[in-house]
Order: sequence, then C-alpha cells, then structure tokens
Amino acid sequence: MNAKNRYYPINSLPESAFQDGSILFSFDTFNTRYAWDCGVAIGEYLAGLREGKIIGSTCPKCHRTMVPPRLFCEWCYQPVHHFLPLLDTGTILTFSLCYVSWDVQRITEPEIPAVIAIDGASKNHGILHKIGEIEPEKVHIGMRVRALWKAPEDRTGDITDILYFKPE
Amino acid sequence: MGLRKVAVVGAGMTQFVRRAQETPKELAFKATRAALDSCELSIQDIDAICLGTAPDTFDGIHMNGEYLSDGVGALGKPYIRSYVGGGTGVFVPIQGWYHVASGLFDLVLVVAEEKMSSYYPHPQGAFLTIFDHTTERPLKPNLLWIFALEMNRYMATYGISKEDIAQVSVLHKRNAADHPAALLGDKKITVQDVLNSEVLAWPVQRLDVSPVSDGAVAIVLAAEHVARRITDKPIWIEGVGWSLDTAYWTNRDLAYPRYVEVAAKMAYEMAGIKEPRKEIHIAEPYDPFDYKALHHLEGLQLADRGKAIELYLNGSAKRDGNLPICPSGGLLGVGNPIAAAGLMKIAELFWQLRGEADGRQIPGSPQKGIAQAWGDLMQVGTVVIMGK
Repeated sequence: MNAKNRYYPINSLPESAFQDGSILFSFDTFNTRYAWDCGVAIGEYLAGLREGKIIGSTCPKCHRTMVPPRLFCEWCYQPVHHFLPLLDTGTILTFSLCYVSWDVQRITEPEIPAVIAIDGASKNHGILHKIGEIEPEKVHIGMRVRALWKAPEDRTGDITDILYFKPE
Repeated sequence: MGLRKVAVVGAGMTQFVRRAQETPKELAFKATRAALDSCELSIQDIDAICLGTAPDTFDGIHMNGEYLSDGVGALGKPYIRSYVGGGTGVFVPIQGWYHVASGLFDLVLVVAEEKMSSYYPHPQGAFLTIFDHTTERPLKPNLLWIFALEMNRYMATYGISKEDIAQVSVLHKRNAADHPAALLGDKKITVQDVLNSEVLAWPVQRLDVSPVSDGAVAIVLAAEHVARRITDKPIWIEGVGWSLDTAYWTNRDLAYPRYVEVAAKMAYEMAGIKEPRKEIHIAEPYDPFDYKALHHLEGLQLADRGKAIELYLNGSAKRDGNLPICPSGGLLGVGNPIAAAGLMKIAELFWQLRGEADGRQIPGSPQKGIAQAWGDLMQVGTVVIMGK
C-alpha cells in the first residue's frame, strides 16, 4: 500500500461557480406539508398553555415530574396518567446569544434561546424557550425568570402562547 | 460469546472539500475503490456491504442507501444502510463488525459517504426537523442552538474558559495540516484567531465549529483466517459499543454525555480494558465542535469530569504526548462530511496502528486506539476500540 492510492483527489468547486454559471447544475424545491396530531400528553400541554398554565406529568413509579409531559416515563417504562399544572417561573439552566438564523443569515439583535428548569418539575427538567426584556450581556445561568403570556384571547394552544421568559 | 475475530485490512478516502463536483455515488465509488486497492482486493472478493450516510434530506433523495448502492459496489450483494445521525460513521463499522463476527460473512466493505453541499442555501436547514414539531419548532430553532446551549452548560458546570476550549480547535486544525485529505488544516492558527472569529451563537464562534464538507471513506473488514492471507499487519476491532439517551434533551444533564459512557463501558469490557487511561494510546473522540472533544473524552473515561481540558493544557493531547488526541486533525481540521467523518477516525486508527500515517504518525508504536462518534438529537454514542 502506498500513499497515492489511499487518498483520492476530487474536484472542489467554489460557490461562485453556481452564481456565474460556469458549471451545470439543476435546482429544485419540495413542497412538503404536514398536519401533526399533537398526541395525548402534548394535547394536555397545549390545552394548558391556552389556559396560561405549564402542564407536567408525574411518574407513578419514580415520582419524577416531567415537562413537557408524556404518557409514559422513559426511565421506568411505566404508563403515566397524572397531569398537573406547574408554575410559570423557573431558572435558566443554559442559554445562548444567537446571531444567525436557520439558513445562516446574520442577525444584529441576538435571539436568546434557553433551557429553563420549570418550578414544580423535577430537578434539571427544563423546556426550550426564549428570553426577552433583558440586555443580552446580563443573561446568566441560574437566573430566575417568569413566562410572559399572550393575552388570553390571543392564545391558540401553542408553545408560542408564551412570548418569552423575562427576569422575575 | 462465540464471536469471530474481525480485522480491518484496508482503508481509503476521498479528499474532504467544501463543495465537490462529484455526485454522492461518485464520491462513494472513489473511496471504495481506494479501500479495495489499498489491500489489492476486487469487488468480487467482497461478501457484503454496509453503508452509512446521514439524513436523506441532504441529497433530497428518498431511500438514499438504495440510490448510492451502485457507487459502493453493492450490485447483487447483501447490502444494508444504517443511520444514527452524526454517530453513523462509527456505527457503520460496528454493523460491519457483526456481519463478520457472527460468522455470516468473511469479507465486508464498510463505506460512509456524505455530500452536504447540495442542500440550499445552507445544510443547517436540513437539521431543523430534528426538533419536536409541536413543542420546539414553533420557536424557530436552528441547529447551533443546541450546541451553544450544551457548550454553555458544560463551561458553567466546570468553570472552563473559552480561551482553554480554543486550544482544542488549535491543536486539531494544526494536526490537520499534515493530512493530505484535509479541508481546514492550518499550521499557524492560534487561540487568539479562534477567540477573534465571528460569534455565531455565543459561546460558539466560527472557529469552534467544524466545516460543512463533502467526502467519503471506506474500509475493508475480514474474518481472522482471511485477514491473515490479505495482510501481515491486520488491525483488530477489539471492542464495540453503542447507546442512546432520551430524546427529551431539555430534561438531560447537558454537562455530561452519559450515552458515551455507556457505549465506552460496553466496548472496554469487550476489549478487556480495565484502565483505559493507561491502555489506550490514541483517542479520536468526535469533535464537530471543540468543546465536544472534551465532553466526549470525559464520557470515554479518559479524563475526569470537567478535566479533559488538562490533556490539552499539559501537552498530553499532542502527537508526541501521553494520550495523542485526534492526530488526524479531527472534524475541526480534516472536515465534517457527517457519516464519512466518523469513519475517517477509524481509518486514522488503522493507519496509525500500522505505522502508515506518514507525517501524522504517532511515535513509539501505539498498540490500541479508540474512536467515537455522536449524533441524533445529541443522544447517541458509538465507540470502536482497535488494536494490533
């Protein structure tokens, strides 16, 4: 064996080749549309959000309280039937200041995604949401936050019924 | 367990580039041909083929394994494609291993191919559907979020600085400068370069991240009696492990990859390794982001929790250190064509253990190496231990 048949050279293209038409290529888009049933447990969750409540569920075996709620505990593999409202306050477990959109376009004002441990759920059981009404550089892990809800008449049973979490 | 010994007897790869003119099939063909040529076999010698390639979304082709089959020489052979996200590149050799270890096949080709560049305008978009469609996607998340959130949690839990973590990126990109197939090798890169690079999703900056890449890698696996006829330097697969954590990722301990620990312990037990820090001579942990290499070294039990950075700060991680880490240059330096990047690590261990790694060769005849990859919704750990 020798080095020359181990690494096979390939043709590297610059992005500009797609702009100036110096190579041949085809372009296509797909129109994929879905209507997802929310399911039993997340159905409870969304119904709770519409009422301005964050719903969790408790495992009858290990007694942990999970959020988002589920119909089974993946730790114990037991069915879960007990749903309960948690508080709409919590603690930032981690966060980011994000300067790019999904398609890697730059944004000036950072988005602040965070995992927020919800009061009333078990330790380190958080949900993904965003932080607002704060200077980005002041956000820190361990910070106490509270959900800012849409007005009741504007809520639709969606995670965005919470606009964001803001300092408590 | 009644399992047969399995050796790697050949390996080959394409260059990793940002955008290849070659189609996925053409990339796969080139790597496969290079692997067969490296051990002077023809496709007729091969009994079965295992392919790893990541989401169909990248290529926009449903059942991409079937589309790629001709390029990997699968015509008329037992053939299967596996996919466990970023963990695929180290899972597909495990799948090849049990094809041979079980006694079903003597010679198996393992191929991993990825062409990320076709997805427009940026392949990050292909990952959006990993988030829960009801509870997370309405928040319009992007893939960088989860890495940034995990990195921040890791840094905060153990009090690790950005300056220290940047050392990982620097070492890997410098190592990659010695790899003929690398996309981002840079002998002169410094910690300051990493810290000055553009902030994408704090604490993640441009040079903390591996590049979007196209490329393919292939290896040939053989049962013991066949391996000894093909080469006098077989490299054995001594242990394998894989494991999955919960998809409810916001309920997990983001500072420690328990799924890697479970996979590593399975592999160590199979390989009869009691003290990995002494017995493992090369580590190729999965490094799509610099902090991930540290995270994974801890999961692999090669460092205490929060202490993996010391391997970089005290020089152990260098090629001439006590535990060389990513001597290939890793994903940060060689590139990250998802499935192919993991199999590149297996190929690197093969070349290193045979003493054929050219300018990247670790001194002192290393005896055992470990490769690991990670993926899905930050939840899968795949581990392979190889030895002389």
